[in-house]
Amino acid sequence: MDPLIVARWQFGITTVYHFLFVPLTIGLALLVAIQETLYVRTKDVKYLKATKFWGKLFLINFAIGVVTGIVQEFQFGMNWSAYSRFVGDIFGAPLAIEGLAAFFLESTFIGLWIFGWNKLTPKQHMWSAWMVSIGTAVSAFWILAANAFMQYPVGYEVNAATGRAELTSFLDVVTNKVAWVHFIHTIFLAVLTAATLMLATSAWHMLRDRKDAVYRFSAGFASVAIFVASIGVAFSGHWMGQVMTDVQPMKMAAAEALWETEQPAAFSLFAVGDVENGRNHINIAIPRALSLLATNSLDGEVLGINPLQAEFEEEFGPGDYIPPVGTVYWSFRLMIGIGFALMALGAVGTWLLWKQRIADTRWFHRLAVWALALPFLANIFGWAVTEIGRQPWVVYGELLVRDGVSPGVSAGEVLVTLIGFTLLYGLLAVVDVYLMKKYAQEGVTDEATADEVAKALAY
Amino acid sequence: MEFDLNTLWFFLITVLWVAYFFLEGFDFGVGILLPFLGKDDTDRRVMINTIGPVWDGNEVWLLVAGGATFAAFPEWYATLFSGFYLPLFLILVALIARGVAFEYRGKDKRPEWRAWFDRAIFFGSALPALLWGVAFANIVNGVPIDGAKEYTGNLFTLLNPYALVVGVTTFVLFTLHGAVFLALKAEGTVAEAAKALAKRLALPMAGLGVIVLVWTFLNEAGDLDGTDVAAVVASVLVALAAVGAVLAVMREREGWAFVGTGLTIVLVTVTLFLYLYPAVMPSTTEGVAGLDIYNASSTNMTLKVMTVVALIFTPIVLGYQAWSYKVFSKRISREQFTTTKS
Ligand code: HDD
Ligand code: HEM
Ligand code: HEM
Repeated sequence: MDPLIVARWQFGITTVYHFLFVPLTIGLALLVAIQETLYVRTKDVKYLKATKFWGKLFLINFAIGVVTGIVQEFQFGMNWSAYSRFVGDIFGAPLAIEGLAAFFLESTFIGLWIFGWNKLTPKQHMWSAWMVSIGTAVSAFWILAANAFMQYPVGYEVNAATGRAELTSFLDVVTNKVAWVHFIHTIFLAVLTAATLMLATSAWHMLRDRKDAVYRFSAGFASVAIFVASIGVAFSGHWMGQVMTDVQPMKMAAAEALWETEQPAAFSLFAVGDVENGRNHINIAIPRALSLLATNSLDGEVLGINPLQAEFEEEFGPGDYIPPVGTVYWSFRLMIGIGFALMALGAVGTWLLWKQRIADTRWFHRLAVWALALPFLANIFGWAVTEIGRQPWVVYGELLVRDGVSPGVSAGEVLVTLIGFTLLYGLLAVVDVYLMKKYAQEGVTDEATADEVAKALAY
Repeated sequence: MEFDLNTLWFFLITVLWVAYFFLEGFDFGVGILLPFLGKDDTDRRVMINTIGPVWDGNEVWLLVAGGATFAAFPEWYATLFSGFYLPLFLILVALIARGVAFEYRGKDKRPEWRAWFDRAIFFGSALPALLWGVAFANIVNGVPIDGAKEYTGNLFTLLNPYALVVGVTTFVLFTLHGAVFLALKAEGTVAEAAKALAKRLALPMAGLGVIVLVWTFLNEAGDLDGTDVAAVVASVLVALAAVGAVLAVMREREGWAFVGTGLTIVLVTVTLFLYLYPAVMPSTTEGVAGLDIYNASSTNMTLKVMTVVALIFTPIVLGYQAWSYKVFSKRISREQFTTTKS
């Protein structure tokens, strides 16, 4: 058994799992902070109830985000020690800064938020919520900056004597355009994810004829958030596509199953590929659309897989530089499809809100409940494009994945931890889903003062 | 000893571990004591709520210690975590279990639900309290590392008698620290039980502490450099702090007892790091020196960036963490959980 394969499965599983919870945390932190601000401003109990209700779901989710993050912090050293030695000079800094600037902020103020309802003034309490929200965003930025270095390494030089990457400009690392597009896309998709949960939960209750003011308010609030965020996601995604074409043309070619260079290039809707021979059997495509997505012009050139492979071989020697085309291609399609589906949902919800029918349109409620899984799936698909499309590199153009794995750790050891984490995470998923369901279905409760909320949230 | 950025970062990482053991030390202790001092569900809720608002913040000191090691000494990070692979895995599992348990225990009323999470809190606290001691004993004492800086031992290399004794010592020390913390933060039955238990743990803690200090000294006595002499001085201070802690515990002066156990933890950690310096992971393999603050470090450029970042953020973090401790300075009592919802 090859330790590399096991290590990759382990990284994929633990990271995808962490990222199931993370967007919901980032998004709910922001939406809950907004609702608490509404309460402090208007003193309307409806907003306090909403804050408590969504806040509780937020906390259940947050707990798993936190504990699965601990694994992330250490697994680079555990399974990818050769990688860690190679990139440490650059990659360690953002990780450390994330802890110092974000995790402390999040963890301290979440404590103040949960236990401080009757110890802080309402304003201080509201600001604690904002601090948590800022913490989650700062955290996302720094980890994405670290990841961006792997996607598009900048601000470094490889020291020929030690064979390690060394920092030459921290400013370049922080202003890496890949980091910024990923950050913007991530903030929008986080809001989209959280708002979808909010809409789906409210709709579920309204289907059961519970017309509490909190559900009416939340459904409208969430619909608008979905609409706005999905537009943000689409625009930032479009921008990402351009950056990707520029810095990793192979990933874009794989995401499109575009075997030969085209100008103008068509956007494929459905393709059946022949990976062996580097071509498609069937390809249904929209003419010129890929040129528009990738280059912002109707007749831009987009490079194909076969010429890119030849180019890589010339530069780095013989080898297979083509990522798994099928996975990347379908993940890309599904993510974008979901993006537009949710945009439609948000648009309909916003329109119903405008027409004051959002509380009574049952087909919309049913649709919203079904939509709950979509953003989570899109998150996984999106990262599959990003990370699998980067194969076989772990640091693009510098270090191959197979050269990054820990040489001293045996396949058996990695297998032990792979199985261990998978079982533990499976168990956590069961407990988390049980609690989320329980509190989502229990619905809005009638705490109407800070003291009562304090009791309901303490351990 | 020359004072350069590498030394500064060795010092800062020491500080991070000191803070981590001091702070998480008491919430490990509270977790370990949960089944022993928490006679009923209300008592256990009192105990968990004494650390409720702060345990996550305390744990972040560990994450930052990990991140800072990655940034400042990537080779140390790589060798340590790939080398101590299985113990670290156990620590991670433990930290996951207890973190989730704190948050989820109270979210369902069924007694068996709560009992499962109580177990998770106990094992999740006990295991790291023991294993961190084992890990640090091995770091200071050295482990087999080859010329490519890879660890060549296995799990059983790490489970040597010295390391196990240090592990038991950190376990007892954190438990005592937790008991003293509970005496200070809880009210009523929990506080009384904690005081009684602290009295029984104080002398064993001091005894184990002396054994560890002497044993460590004997291990290192072969070649004592400048900072090792400082380590010997620090050891004497550890002994004084421990004696102070014992006296304060016996006289039921909770405040001073907490200062005493806290100082003991701080000084033990400092002592170990002083013995270590300037190495970060000495090798026991013939002809291989292992990792030190120069051959394991990042470039000066990275160290400079990190220094600026640390100078900006550390005061801010200390500021709001201190504020949070102040907000939650009141004792926790049973009454807070027994009054029925209005
Ligand atoms: C709710 C989730 C979600 C939705 C609806 C979308 N995305 Fe996305 N996308 C992600 C969630 C996501 C993600 C999982 O979070 C990724 C992975 C890396 C990242 O920062 O975001 C991502 C990556 C990602 C990439 C890869 C960038 C790279 O690897 O360099 C592109 C090109 C897009 N997205 C484009 C889009 C477009 C054009 C969308 C149209 C509406 C879209 N995304 C909707
Ligand atoms: C949270 C969102 C993320 C998800 C869902 C994700 C997903 C994945 C997946 C599925 C793989 C396996 C790819 C394969 O082996 O074919 C992978 C690999 C990897 N990712 Fe990510 N990733 C995420 C973020 C990150 C970040 C932020 C970093 C670095 C800071 C990172 C670093 C790596 C590394 C080092 C590997 C292993 C090498 C490799 O197999 O390419 N990932 N990731
Ligand atoms: C592989 C790289 C990653 C590492 C090393 C990592 C590390 C961590 C750690 C250690 C925590 C716990 C913090 C605490 O104790 O409070 C955490 C939580 C968190 N992480 Fe990650 N993380 C990774 C990927 C990501 C990504 C890609 C994002 C967002 C884009 C993200 C966003 C967050 C957020 C918002 C939290 C807050 C807690 C929660 O979500 O419930 N992380 N992460």
